[in-house]
Amino acid sequence: MDIFGVPVQALMAQLMIGLVNGCFYAVLSLGLAVIFGMLHVINFTHGAMFMLGALLSWAGLYYFELNYWAMLFLAPLVVGVFGIVLERLFLKRIYKLDYLYGLLLTLGLTLIIEGAVRSVYGVSGKPYGPAPISGVTDLGFLMIPNYRLWVIVASLLVCAATWYTIERTRLGAYLRAATENPKLVEAFGINVPVLVSLTFGFGVALAAFAGVLAAPIMQVSALTGQTMIVIVFAVVVIGGMGSIAGTVITGIGLGLVEALTKVYYPEASSMVMFLVMVLVLLVRPNGLFGGVE
Amino acid sequence: MTRLMCYGFLLLALVAAPWMGLYPVLGTKILCYALFACAFHLLLGYTGLASLGHAAFLGVGGYVAGYGIKAWALSPELALLAGLSVGALMGLVMGYVSIRRSGIYFTMITLALAQLVYFLCVQIPQTGGEDGLQGIDRGLLFGFIDLHNDRVMYYTTLTIGVAAFLFIARVVRSPFGQALTAIKDNEPRAVSLGYHPDRYKLLVFTLSAALTGLAGALKAIGLGFVTLSDVHWMTSGHALLMTLVGGLGTLSGPVIGAVVLVTLENKIGELGALLASVTGIGWFATLGESVMMIMGIVFVICVLAFRRGIMGELDALRRRVRTPNPAPEPQS
Repeated sequence: MDIFGVPVQALMAQLMIGLVNGCFYAVLSLGLAVIFGMLHVINFTHGAMFMLGALLSWAGLYYFELNYWAMLFLAPLVVGVFGIVLERLFLKRIYKLDYLYGLLLTLGLTLIIEGAVRSVYGVSGKPYGPAPISGVTDLGFLMIPNYRLWVIVASLLVCAATWYTIERTRLGAYLRAATENPKLVEAFGINVPVLVSLTFGFGVALAAFAGVLAAPIMQVSALTGQTMIVIVFAVVVIGGMGSIAGTVITGIGLGLVEALTKVYYPEASSMVMFLVMVLVLLVRPNGLFGGVE
Repeated sequence: MTRLMCYGFLLLALVAAPWMGLYPVLGTKILCYALFACAFHLLLGYTGLASLGHAAFLGVGGYVAGYGIKAWALSPELALLAGLSVGALMGLVMGYVSIRRSGIYFTMITLALAQLVYFLCVQIPQTGGEDGLQGIDRGLLFGFIDLHNDRVMYYTTLTIGVAAFLFIARVVRSPFGQALTAIKDNEPRAVSLGYHPDRYKLLVFTLSAALTGLAGALKAIGLGFVTLSDVHWMTSGHALLMTLVGGLGTLSGPVIGAVVLVTLENKIGELGALLASVTGIGWFATLGESVMMIMGIVFVICVLAFRRGIMGELDALRRRVRTPNPAPEPQS
C-alpha cells in the first residue's frame, strides 16, 4: 500500500525517526522553558549541554568503562552540577540587567564550551558503538528498534515527571510562586537564590539527559549543539514558553513534520521547521500556545 | 568639539594606515566588518532589538555580488548595488516577520530565519555549496578605477564606509532617529503620541539590512570570495561582539570594535607563538586554532566587567574628569 507514492512501511519508519527527534526537541525546549520561567534568561548553552551529555556518555564508556545506564544517571548529574557552578559564578551577576546581557553571556559560555571540546576532540563525531538495547519489536505495521522505543518512553516519562513536579508538588508550587513574585516568596523564608540555581541545574541536566539518549543513534560532535539550539529556539517561538504541555507537543509535532518532509521533499527537510515558524508568526504572533506576554 | 577632533583623528589614522605598515587587504576586511557592525548597531543601538540574523544579509549580499560578477560580468558598482538591494529586500521580509515579537523572542526569530537562509545557501547550486564562490574579479569601478590595486580597493572601501557612517549618523540625528529613541525608551508612550512603532522598526530593520548587504558585497569584491561561514549565525555573533567591545550606544563604537576584533583574530596566531616562546608554555602556540574560545572569553569578560565598551569607557572617563560625580553604570 502506498500513500502519495511512498510505501506505508517506509513512511512509518520515517515517522518513527521523526518521533524520536521530536522527543529530543521536546526535552530540550522543556529545559529551556523551565530556565526561562525562573531566570528570565534564554540559555544559549543549552545545545552545548546536550552535546556535553552525549560526549560524557561516550567518555564514561571509553575511559572508565561505565556503561550506558550508569551514564544515563551520571551525565545529567555532572552537567547539572556544572550548570549550577556556571550560574553561581556568572549568571547570577546579570539578572538585574537587560535581557540582552543574559543572551550574550550564555552565548559566550557556549563558545568557550564548544571551543574547548573542539580543541580536544576535533569536529568529527564520536561513534558510540552498538545501542545498549538490541532487537526490534514488530508492531504489525512496522518493525521498530527497541532502543528507539526506549528513547520515546524515557523522554515522555521525563516530560511527564517534570510537569508533575512543577504543577502538583510543594516544590513546584514554590517554583511557580518564585517565578511570579520572588520578593514575596523570599519573605516567607524560602531561599530563592538556591531555588534559582537548582532550576538552572535541573534545566541543563534535562538537556544532558537528552544528550545521553541521543548518543547511540546520533553522531554527536562538538558543533551538534549549534544546530540543535536554533531548532529548539524555533520550537519555543512556535509553542510559546508558557505551558509545559504546549512545549512538548510542539517539539514532537515538529519532529514529525520534519520526518514527513524528509519523505516527500528531502531538500527542504532542514528548513521546514523554520518555515512552520514563519507561518505561525504570521497567523498567531504569540505562538500556538502563547497567551499574552 | 573634542568629539569632532576624535573622528578627524580616527579618519586620519584610517587614511594613513596602508602607508604605516597595514596590509591593505586586511585593512579592507576590517573596514567591511566595521561597516557591518555599524549597520548592525543601527538596529540594536537605536531600537534595542538584538538581531542574530544579520549574517544572512551579509552572506547573501556577498553571494549576489559575487555571482553577478562571475556569471553576468556585472561591473563592481552594479554588484554593490545588487548587494544593497538584496539586503534591503531580505530585511523587509525578515523584518516583517520578526518585529511581530519583541525582546528575546525577536532575537530567536531572527536567528531561526537566518538558519533558514543558511540551509537555502547550502542547497542551491549558485552559492557553490561547501566550496563557496572563489576568485571573484574586482574589475573597474565606474569603468576607470582599477580595483585590482590593493590600495585603490582599500580607499574605495574607506570612501563607501565613511559615506555609510555619515548616513547612519544623519539617520540617528534625524526626526526619524529621535522617534526611534522614543520608541526604544518608552513604547506605549510613543504609541500614545501617535507613532506607529512597527513601521519605524521595519524601516530601520530594512535600512540596517541594506547596509549589511552592501558590506557583504564590498567584502566579496575586496577579498574575492564568499563562503558559507559568512551566512552562518556565528557571523551575526561577531557583529554583536564588535558592537559590545566598541561600546553599545556609541556611534563610533562598532568601528573601534571591528578594528580591535578583526586585528585580534588575524594576529592571534602570532600572539600565541610569541607568548609560547616567552613563557615556555606550549599551549599558547595552539591559540590560533581556538579563535572560538577566545571570542567566548571576550564575550564573558565584556558582559561581566566591561559593559560600556571601549568608547563608553572613554566617554565615562571624560565625564569623570569634567565633573566629580561618577557616571552611573548603564542598566539597559
